[in-house]
Amino acid sequence: MSTTISRNDLAGFNQAGFDQMLDRRIDPVWITQARKDAWSAFESMGWPNPRDENWMRSDLRGFKLDRYQPIDETETQSVENAPVRLLQGVDVGGSLRSENGLVTLESLDPKYAAQGVIFGSLSRCAREHSELVKKHLHSQIDIHVDRFAALQAAMWTDGYFLYVPKNVVVDKPLHIHAAMGDGKVDLTHMLVVLEEGAETTILFESSSPSDDAGGFHCGGLELVLNARSNLRFVGLQDWGCGAWHFAHKRARVGQDANLQWTIAAMGSRFAQVDQQVALVGPGASSHVNGVMFTRDKQHLTYNTIQQHSAPHCTSDFLYKAVLQDRSRTVWRGMIKVDVGADKTDGYQRNDNLLLSDNARADSIPGLEIKADDVRCTHGSTSGRVDEELIFYAQSRGFTRVEAVRLIVTGFFQQIFDRVTIESVREALGVAIARQVRQYE
Amino acid sequence: MSHILRIENLHVAVDGKAILRGVNLEMKFGETHAMMGPNGSGKSTLGLAIAGHPNYVITEGTITLDGEDITAWEADQRARAGIFMAFQRPVAIPGVKTADFLRHAATNVRRPDRKEGEDLIPMRDFRKELKAKMSQLKIDTEFARRYVNDGFSGGEMKRAEILTMAMLSPKFSILDETDSGLDADAVKLASASIAEIGRDKMGLLIITHHDKLLEHNPPQFTHVMLGGRIVETGGAELARELHDHGYERIRKTYPDAEAANQEMLAKEEAVVV
Repeated sequence: MSTTISRNDLAGFNQAGFDQMLDRRIDPVWITQARKDAWSAFESMGWPNPRDENWMRSDLRGFKLDRYQPIDETETQSVENAPVRLLQGVDVGGSLRSENGLVTLESLDPKYAAQGVIFGSLSRCAREHSELVKKHLHSQIDIHVDRFAALQAAMWTDGYFLYVPKNVVVDKPLHIHAAMGDGKVDLTHMLVVLEEGAETTILFESSSPSDDAGGFHCGGLELVLNARSNLRFVGLQDWGCGAWHFAHKRARVGQDANLQWTIAAMGSRFAQVDQQVALVGPGASSHVNGVMFTRDKQHLTYNTIQQHSAPHCTSDFLYKAVLQDRSRTVWRGMIKVDVGADKTDGYQRNDNLLLSDNARADSIPGLEIKADDVRCTHGSTSGRVDEELIFYAQSRGFTRVEAVRLIVTGFFQQIFDRVTIESVREALGVAIARQVRQYE
Repeated sequence: MSHILRIENLHVAVDGKAILRGVNLEMKFGETHAMMGPNGSGKSTLGLAIAGHPNYVITEGTITLDGEDITAWEADQRARAGIFMAFQRPVAIPGVKTADFLRHAATNVRRPDRKEGEDLIPMRDFRKELKAKMSQLKIDTEFARRYVNDGFSGGEMKRAEILTMAMLSPKFSILDETDSGLDADAVKLASASIAEIGRDKMGLLIITHHDKLLEHNPPQFTHVMLGGRIVETGGAELARELHDHGYERIRKTYPDAEAANQEMLAKEEAVVV
């Protein structure tokens, strides 16, 4: 019988591994307690039930948690060659970089720091600004919703914290890059708090050293927009196509505040993302754009909820997916309107373009309305790419690949028209173009 | 310039059904040819087969351009070699601006050896050229910002096709019923544009039912297609005769071709039903 000693004698994602992590870390007491509570929640839960509406189209059979190991916070992490795509031509006001879930680089323009802006490692900020972080951390994500949420709440390693004080405008975008090595893990959490009248733009991207790199990402994202604040948030998910990607993303938008949120999902073999925007103050609005572009056997699931809890709020969700090869996307959209949320204006749409007969797109829009005076519309389309379009472009000198790229770009144009940041439009265009397969 | 497009004994099938049954045609650069014939005779099929539509399968015969056999080439290779077709019903490409589309197309056609990802024609030069061509063709410059053929009226579509032809300046152009669906004024404008862009500057193959297009573009040769073959070739007077008197004489003179034509029409209807 042979024995294998795991690297650095680290235990896995189990009780021993959790205890080791607590020993290594220097967290405020309240965080340690929250971790313990989350860990017992994790221990008491089973893996998601395939009969659960959120998971019935997801296949977790290939996922084995014991193949991954927690990161040792006492070691310096280094992930090389993970590309950065959103920085082209952008003058940033600050940046953060994490490697395997630990922040390794922090910077912020001193003029923002002088105005009270905080932008840095979540672990560090939780120690240095304990009360502020305590007030908001995991305030929106229910850690009991599934085992991944509980695991993330128990074992998050680090992450990103942004605080913008009242009426402060951070006029240059803040950039965050998460890099994860092949076969490694990323258990990060992002917490963004905009006080009344604050404004900023966040460019967030995740990537791996190679197109086919594996790994396990289990993340959380919480955006808190207080009254009249304004946030433009761009997320580009470009993990390697061997990675497992689980995330709970929540935004809470206050009175007359505005959220513009663009998500582009290109990478990972499997993604299960729950995205929820709660409009909690009168006049709050949110515009969400989703781009999915898949290939090989990728399987990406987005469960989105537009929660209207106050009157006179607007939510506008547009998701577009292009699928190649044997890939699959699932989009479930739900507009929920609470009692009293009158004059709600809710819109959701999902369009899918299939470039292969073997690809499959599931689209499940839904409405749950408890108020009387509302306007909610939704729709979805799915269809094969039209060969006549390809021939037409070819007859004008485009190669077949160029023709497909053209049609795909045209398909996404409606989203680009809604993205107000030029560099992001360009970066998305490039990311989309490189995703188009070479057809023989 | 002397370019020759030669079609020899061309047989074409669509979905396994034979449509063209041995077409022979030779066109020289600078010539205007009219292709006429009743519905279902195979005129558009000939155009699409020359352009390289993948569903129009060449089962026999060859297409050569300046002596080079292009029968097996993809549509984009043919376009880059100087073949152009103005479609009867061009498709819309939502989200793609006409100017961007034409810039990429013109770059590829002018630099046939361009590799994917290499630079396009500089934006400034291209805009200037496009603007000049649009004003020559009396097309509103706002057109360039609209998506390719998206929401275009019939007349706009045809003019966009002629604009494309102007930007690509091919060696040979096939105009597939560029007059169909247009009112009298629009036909007049289209035919004047074709004359301005095309005459003496390329070989023109004008597929048409009517002679209006031909008034501005008098053909040196008129071909009559029936039952998938060219049964008669004459000069401009033949086009006039067909316009004035219809295809009765042709149908009677070539009963075998007429029978083939009826057979194809019957199959087509069966498919439609």
